[in-house]
Amino acid sequence: MSQTTEIHKAEDLVQVEHLVKYFPVRAGLMQRVVNWVKAVDDVSFTVKKGETLGMVGESGCGKTTIGRSMLRLVEPTSGSVQYDGRDVLKLRGNDLKDVRRHMQIIFQDPYASLDPRVPIGESVMEGLHIHKIGSPQERYDLMIETLKKVGLEDYHARRYPHEFSGGQRQRIGIARALALRPNFIICDEPVSALDVSIQSQVLNILKDLQKEFGLTYLFIAHNLSVVEHISDRVAVMYLGKMVELTSRDDLFKNPLHPYTKALMSAIPIPDPKLKRQREVLKGDVPSPLNPPKGCRFHPRCPIAEKICSEQEPEFREAVSGHWVACWMVK
Amino acid sequence: MTKTDQKPLLEVRNLKTYFYTEDGVVSAVDGISFEVYPGEVLGIVGESGCGKSVTSLSIMRLIAPPGKITEGEILLDGKNLLSLSEDEMTKMRGNKISMIFQQPQTALNPVFKVDNQIAEVLNIHKSLGKEAGKKRAVELLKMVGIPDAERRAEAYPHELSGGMAQRVMIAMALACVPELLIADEPTTALDVTIQAQILDLMRDLRTKMGTSVILITHDLGVVAEMAERVAVMYAGEIVEQAEVNSLFEQPLHPYTQGLIGSIPILGQIKERLDVIPGSVPNLVNLPAGCRFAPRCTAREKFGLKICTETKPELTDSAPGHKVRCWLYQNSKDHQAPLKVKQG
Repeated sequence: MSQTTEIHKAEDLVQVEHLVKYFPVRAGLMQRVVNWVKAVDDVSFTVKKGETLGMVGESGCGKTTIGRSMLRLVEPTSGSVQYDGRDVLKLRGNDLKDVRRHMQIIFQDPYASLDPRVPIGESVMEGLHIHKIGSPQERYDLMIETLKKVGLEDYHARRYPHEFSGGQRQRIGIARALALRPNFIICDEPVSALDVSIQSQVLNILKDLQKEFGLTYLFIAHNLSVVEHISDRVAVMYLGKMVELTSRDDLFKNPLHPYTKALMSAIPIPDPKLKRQREVLKGDVPSPLNPPKGCRFHPRCPIAEKICSEQEPEFREAVSGHWVACWMVK
Repeated sequence: MTKTDQKPLLEVRNLKTYFYTEDGVVSAVDGISFEVYPGEVLGIVGESGCGKSVTSLSIMRLIAPPGKITEGEILLDGKNLLSLSEDEMTKMRGNKISMIFQQPQTALNPVFKVDNQIAEVLNIHKSLGKEAGKKRAVELLKMVGIPDAERRAEAYPHELSGGMAQRVMIAMALACVPELLIADEPTTALDVTIQAQILDLMRDLRTKMGTSVILITHDLGVVAEMAERVAVMYAGEIVEQAEVNSLFEQPLHPYTQGLIGSIPILGQIKERLDVIPGSVPNLVNLPAGCRFAPRCTAREKFGLKICTETKPELTDSAPGHKVRCWLYQNSKDHQAPLKVKQG
């Protein structure tokens, strides 16, 4: 609990304001833009120094696009991303490179995110080369040190990705992000491709490294139990919008948004004695091509009223530190 | 009378399915035995490569070269499926036993409309004509909760969402009211709110139709909610088998304990998760003795030598609770260090 209150006071490391990313849909002979996928639609939040901000939502909610936009792996349509007082979206050339040294990412698929033709030691050192850090010997030493931090050995450095299991590859992905000793790491579904016994190994490593290096995480996942385990604060996304953001304890004790409640009650709990009254949402997630008018959740919402289909609710601080976008929350 | 007092619907005896690859013989399923009783849900749980999917494909006799069922019997209503001719087996599939898969979008044929695909099943097994089949298809789609079923029946698979496609798969699998439904990771590819819908639907239909279900999953939460009995698989073998409540209350095998301890549970905050060290063994070069021994911390704690030398058998440790572990079994060389609480 005390940790959470400390986090509340901590200063912001990253501020995301009114982030928007629309992907064009092209069709026809001339490949004209016929529509837009509104992947992220006006999302604002901050990540505080030293915290883990969990971001949870189902497929198509825009959580991955947010992570990628923040590093400009996709160019956002509009908005701003402030890192340590600098607007990442306005930077170019060496300034952008410099900021990226401090902001790293771990990807979901440890099979697709490593170059199969390069020994993994080289992959881990690549960032050090690009940023011209130290002498070749220093870079090598730093790489070996980093591999050991994630539970690998020095002889692993010469091996190729196909020689590793999924869990080990994810450790390599972590080592690669960590090699530059960044302040901020975006973890984009880092454990969802892994078996549960391996998942817990990776989650424990991420926690240990955070303590040791004072890292700040944005932890993106679809699994609410995993997010609850690792996060200090949690943001819930639905169809390109943030619908709720608060401290972990608060979210799980006192969820305000009906979508958050439904999401929590949908998770199967590994305890056969616990027969819960489950609130099953009707219908599918609508397409982000034509999101519903008003509140985007209203067609599936069990408590929606007339206003919900007409006007979009504002994302506001309902209780101190507890943000929610819902007309039914007073 | 409990379900397990009845005559089993399906008996799998000492099933072995091996894959003959260039790297060697992969013993994907290595001598497993279990029963499924009428009307029950048996959960088979395990991590990737434990052989749970190969088990289900073996029951359906859908193992293609280089894989081969090398030993064992699969008795459905006392009849050995492994001795049927290919024609006789075709009559079984989709009729007496059906299966739903993890990726509904790839399991459906992309070039046929949904109602035609369902009508085809009815045509083959029940000799229903085209129009009658389509009519029945619409009824089935309504039964699995597809809104606007008349219009959706005319859709192609790509026009359906993942959840809808899985409903269509279920409608197709249940079209002939099979005795046994094998559901292989039926909700793994779906979002949680859709997963909840599909699990509800499966529970509903099972009560209505009385079909027995083998539910294959890696998700202990899904097993806890759906299954009555559970078999835990590791490296091609069943390591523990029990009624669902006793499995979660008193998991015996160190692997089962490790699995349960390693998942974060909503609302129960732990600083650190339990870890099973190492990773799953290569199924070509399996360790001598217990296959879990190289990762087992309990073995070290009790200083058991036998685990790396001799393989334990799956034996009854309590009524209805089987485990394959030297911690609970005596041998001529050692005394079992742990006792199982009875009852």
